[in-house]
Amino acid sequence: MLDKGKSVQAIISEIGTSKTALLPILLAVQDASPAHYVNEAAMNEIAARLKLSRSRVYSTASFYSEISLKPRGRNIVQVCVNAPCENAGKAAIIRALENELTITLGETSADAQFTLEGVNCLGACYLSPAIKVNGRLYGNLTAAAAVDIIRQCREGEAN
Amino acid sequence: MEQVAMKINGAAVSAPQGSTILEAARQLGVKIPSLCHHPDQRVKANCRVCVVEVEGSRNLMPACSTRVAPGMEIRTNTARVRETVQTILELILSNHPQDCPNCIRNGNCELRQLAADYGMREYKADIEPVALPIDTSTLSLVRDPNKCIKCGRCAEVCHHVQETGILYSHFRSTDIGVAPEYGKQLSEVNCVLCGQCVLVCPTGALHEKDDIPAVWAAIDNHEKHVVVQVAPAVRVSIAEEFGQAPGTIATDKLVSALRFAGFDRVFDTDFTADLTILEEGHELLRRLQTGGTLPMLTSCSPGWIKFMEHNYPDLLPHLSTCKSPQQMFGALAKTYYAQLSGIAPEDIFVVSIMPCTAKKFESARPEMADSGYRDVDAVLTTRELGRLLRQAGVDFNKLPPGEFDAPLGVSTGAAALFGATGGVMEAALRTVYEVVVQEELTEVNFTEVRGMAGIKEATVDLNGLPVKVAVAHGLAHARRLMDDVRAGQADYAFVEVMCCPGGCIGGGGQPYGTGTASREARIAATYAVDAAMPLRKSHHNPAVQQLYQDFLGQPLGEKSHHLLHTAYCDRS
Repeated sequence: MLDKGKSVQAIISEIGTSKTALLPILLAVQDASPAHYVNEAAMNEIAARLKLSRSRVYSTASFYSEISLKPRGRNIVQVCVNAPCENAGKAAIIRALENELTITLGETSADAQFTLEGVNCLGACYLSPAIKVNGRLYGNLTAAAAVDIIRQCREGEAN
Repeated sequence: MEQVAMKINGAAVSAPQGSTILEAARQLGVKIPSLCHHPDQRVKANCRVCVVEVEGSRNLMPACSTRVAPGMEIRTNTARVRETVQTILELILSNHPQDCPNCIRNGNCELRQLAADYGMREYKADIEPVALPIDTSTLSLVRDPNKCIKCGRCAEVCHHVQETGILYSHFRSTDIGVAPEYGKQLSEVNCVLCGQCVLVCPTGALHEKDDIPAVWAAIDNHEKHVVVQVAPAVRVSIAEEFGQAPGTIATDKLVSALRFAGFDRVFDTDFTADLTILEEGHELLRRLQTGGTLPMLTSCSPGWIKFMEHNYPDLLPHLSTCKSPQQMFGALAKTYYAQLSGIAPEDIFVVSIMPCTAKKFESARPEMADSGYRDVDAVLTTRELGRLLRQAGVDFNKLPPGEFDAPLGVSTGAAALFGATGGVMEAALRTVYEVVVQEELTEVNFTEVRGMAGIKEATVDLNGLPVKVAVAHGLAHARRLMDDVRAGQADYAFVEVMCCPGGCIGGGGQPYGTGTASREARIAATYAVDAAMPLRKSHHNPAVQQLYQDFLGQPLGEKSHHLLHTAYCDRS
């Protein structure tokens, strides 16, 4: 059961059981999960309700980088890994974030406070290099600015 | 159908409207390479080796997914096309193990054939492939993801033909893989081990577990008396392993080949197929007369049984308690035959030649040991038999004819029918009719239950009692029927289900190239085998009559119950 909010059952009742409901359901289940991911039990339940094979549900969930198959931290830091951000100096941003968080790209910190992940285009190439923290977009970054965002985030948590 | 006029490689040709370039070209004798394409499947267009030039189109077009149009000018043999195909092959091969001589598909791999055709000599293998673990978790199938080219043919058959839904593509781009969810092993999911994925795999990524060494070890051990049984479906397919056309009947050469290979006795699963009809026919009559669970479902097909145990455990009482002919044979070989021959059952080694990968699993089920020993010691698929015979030095097509040994090699045409969808039903009806009506059945061909339609129905008049029956093959069709049974909407008395499309002749252990066309040819051959037999009703089998007289007593008797019947388990 997902204590952050709705049960899988409630989400499916709301969105429906057509084949096209799969992606919205996966996203909603992830949103309702305290660890920001879709676990195996939830996936099996979705498969049974939508009359899809477990393998097909997993296929969709694993295809989109937006959906996580692993538990994630309270704060999710997403770095665009596509070409425009690459050209604008993404590597330095990632290095700075990895140093600050003492984890590498794709990992979650031991205290489960932060997950640092690479994602495909954030739709903000005009702001490259860009990152998203907990859904909020930050652009035209420097390494120092990126680290500041993380620190503010920590302070916000502490207060 | 309306024809579309176009040009292929400068020659004016026409093809039916709606054809793809690939279909049109192949009909006209122009070969276009393909990997993800399969004639029985939907278009996937993901491997791109079928690209061609189409006048007016800037990009090369995939021939498998591009439909012909009037006036189209198609070129399949240009430098640009050849070089592109070579580049695509190089990309696939650069991430593919370079161990072709050691691969089980050596000799029939579609990728290796294209590499040979296109003169592939060197690959820029600058990416060191990660060695992915090989799944050897089941007794039937091996999945080697390192050899997978992600064509999606297995996923299609697993999801749309069998609806077992085990294999599907996961992740994306360079991480893509075709597997069960969470990278689970086949033993951890509801795989029924039908092997239909193996039949469509172009490479060595999916194959049967190779049991040839165990069989050679038994043959080479002179303490062992090695008897072999051959399933009905193998006699109409084994010749394909030696270059003959699908539908070639090779019963007599097959017997000689097995004797040549060193088996001490060459027996026939058809013998116990006849026996199955007597047991199952009487079980049906008993259920009809005593208000037993109906419809009764056939139980010969081990993939089907496993499917029921996983997905419809509530319907298990519908399954006939009869063991499959393979297992009845094993139980009798180590009891009845041991007595007849004076050979100790522990010295008898029973090998089955089956069109089926699930039979390997079935033979190892713990309950399949009613003789006091493991009833069937080893199972080889038709493909493995092909390899074993090549190792034995058999020149199959030049062999003189041979005959099965008695008594476990005596059979009727009814038994031969077991290989084709509807065959068990037809064989059962021939016997049940005569047992109930007590007069000779003159028209023995029940044509309503024949053919490739997914679900077939018939009603047979048994002394004024109309008995409704149904036949399904392929698990997607079986699922439709079982949903009806579960909903109480199926008024059938008897239902035959075969796991694989076309029945056992289309089984997952059959020669590569098995598809709709070869299935139809093997089915036609099956009916020809039946028609040519002097006896065509199972209860007329003199060896089966003798077996009842000397050993079993009567159908459903004490001994039958012990040796020939079984129970099922809930695997949900």
